[in-house]
Amino acid sequence: MTSSTLIKSFERAKENNRAALLTYTVGGDPDKKTSLDIFKSIADAGVDIIECGLGHGANIGDGGAIQDSTYRALSNGIKTNDIFEIIEEFKKDYETEVIIMTYQNKIMAYGEDEFLKRCISSKVSGIICVDWPWPLNLEFAKKCKENSIVFIQLLCPTTNEDRLQSILNDAHEVVYYISMLSTTGQKLKVSSDEIKKKFNLIKKISPDKKCIIGFGITADTINDFKDTDACVVGSALCREITRSIDEELNPATNVGNMVTDLKQKLSS
Amino acid sequence: MKLEKGIPLIDQHDENGYWGGKFGGNQIAESLNYPIEELTREFEKLRNDETFIAERDYYFKNFVGAPTPFIKLENLTKHLGGAQIYCKLVSKATGGAHKAYNAVVHSLICKRLGKTYIGGDTGAGYAGKMLSMAAAKFNLKCKIFMGAKDVERQSINVFSMRSYGAEVVPVNSGSQTLVDAVSECMRWWTSENEEAHMCVGSTVGPTIFVKICAWSTAQISREMKKQVMDEFGEVPKDMKLINCVGGGSSAAGFWNEWIDYDNIELIGVEAGGPEGSSKHAAPLTNDSPIGVLHGATQYVIQDDQGEIEETDSISAGLDYPGVSPLHCFLKETGRARYTSASDEEAIEAFQLVSKNEGFVSPSLEPSHAFAEAIKIAPKLSKDTIIVVDSCGDSAKDSKIIAERLGYKI
Repeated sequence: MTSSTLIKSFERAKENNRAALLTYTVGGDPDKKTSLDIFKSIADAGVDIIECGLGHGANIGDGGAIQDSTYRALSNGIKTNDIFEIIEEFKKDYETEVIIMTYQNKIMAYGEDEFLKRCISSKVSGIICVDWPWPLNLEFAKKCKENSIVFIQLLCPTTNEDRLQSILNDAHEVVYYISMLSTTGQKLKVSSDEIKKKFNLIKKISPDKKCIIGFGITADTINDFKDTDACVVGSALCREITRSIDEELNPATNVGNMVTDLKQKLSS
Repeated sequence: MKLEKGIPLIDQHDENGYWGGKFGGNQIAESLNYPIEELTREFEKLRNDETFIAERDYYFKNFVGAPTPFIKLENLTKHLGGAQIYCKLVSKATGGAHKAYNAVVHSLICKRLGKTYIGGDTGAGYAGKMLSMAAAKFNLKCKIFMGAKDVERQSINVFSMRSYGAEVVPVNSGSQTLVDAVSECMRWWTSENEEAHMCVGSTVGPTIFVKICAWSTAQISREMKKQVMDEFGEVPKDMKLINCVGGGSSAAGFWNEWIDYDNIELIGVEAGGPEGSSKHAAPLTNDSPIGVLHGATQYVIQDDQGEIEETDSISAGLDYPGVSPLHCFLKETGRARYTSASDEEAIEAFQLVSKNEGFVSPSLEPSHAFAEAIKIAPKLSKDTIIVVDSCGDSAKDSKIIAERLGYKI
């Protein structure tokens, strides 16, 4: 539940000669209980780190599948406190690390300090904030660090080398590379090799930092990223939750099966 | 927080894009950082480029129809007694509102950037209509994002946009109105910014969009300053400029040249919504909490979870939960005063102005500004000059107003 245990998740995967697997689902989708079941099922399937979305209606970075999940959670009355309660409950039985991905207004409305306090008490180990770019986020990032929470800086294909250097210089132990210019869940429009080229550049500048690769990764492409630090699958899982609900199936079981398959593909 | 004299309002932000160190900024995804930096660089270059200015002025004059009239509303003045009421008839601009200025400038910038594709958001349809007009003129492919609900209730404007060759994308997420259209447009730009340019329809969004829009609508006060001098021979000692405020692009342009004149009172009128309803679109008047919406810090109507709340106003153009950082700054520095008018007051104002003046028939947005003028004029002396920006024509609202008044059309 601290930055060091988060790093251990990456290292354990590396010992098994693969990248760490991260899943993204929206906390509270479709309700508190099911969302907790989904987390447990994902953890049982062997995920390394759970990225939990604290959804925002007026988001500017989510693709269609994640938006659907967000609106489902919000219209079922899910509040920020509910997300923390789900994570807290989950962490009672599981060691799997949980990081939160959200938008700045959610943190502002909750109060920065209160938000961090609640992250600590529910054992959240990292925060990604989509619309809080470097260097505007530095003050908050510092507060995170003081509380042993990793603030995860974002990088993307159009982050030029100067900016990349500066961000990496200020970054904590983990960064996130947005693999292509798009919202989440769109088809990968650049080659896996091209993504890895940028990944290698990041690693060359900061060999000690763990770099998560996200956006557009599915079961078809995940094996390409086996020798990186970590990759995230999100939209495919959110779509699976939507499909399961529509077809009156158990989302937790189905998402769990999907993660088992992803993990296997990443390990093979 | 202090307003500086002699520096354009749009330039009074710090290095991070915050006015008063607090409002605005670029709270965007990392993937928008590069296109925003590129646009910022290009705009700073263009605003000092004489050929670009000449090009802008040419299209403002010949296509948008600048200058729009500045007239005295003699009958209304007589009817109310008190202050003399004037009107800047911006509704005479091509397309029937001030949105054409921003649309033309963004289209010109798009071309200078070497891009052939432009996208924009729209609520009531005016911003989208003008952007599709300009895109057609400048041979740009155009995409307009519009809430699915608005697509339905503004079908005439949707038809216009499609006639100009624009693709209208109905946005089905959230409340299916302007706030979601802006979010979707920004998501689109995140994916397409290598080839496409984005136009934000008001003085909202990341700092550069606030600046470009206010720089464009500043045409209103630039030409009006000359008209005021022609009419009075000097700047009147006691003058009040009243403008409606939704996103705030019209007011920013109407006030721009007058900010340094301390004797001129600036009054912004927000949408108070239906009488007795707690829903409104008046974040400045009602001291809504500060939050981040569409990449900028501002007063925004939201719940305790930071979720944006639905607004309600008879005027689609004012129905936005946030407000320009420029107006947050003007409020906080005390330079402008903000108040609101209800749906009912706006309708009454529309009736009174139309009946008295004939040639001036304000849309529901400036009817909010007229409501304030009608409220204060009788209490003022005839030496006071009130100027109302009639920034839209009522033709687009005929159906809504007629229904309200019990007519069938």
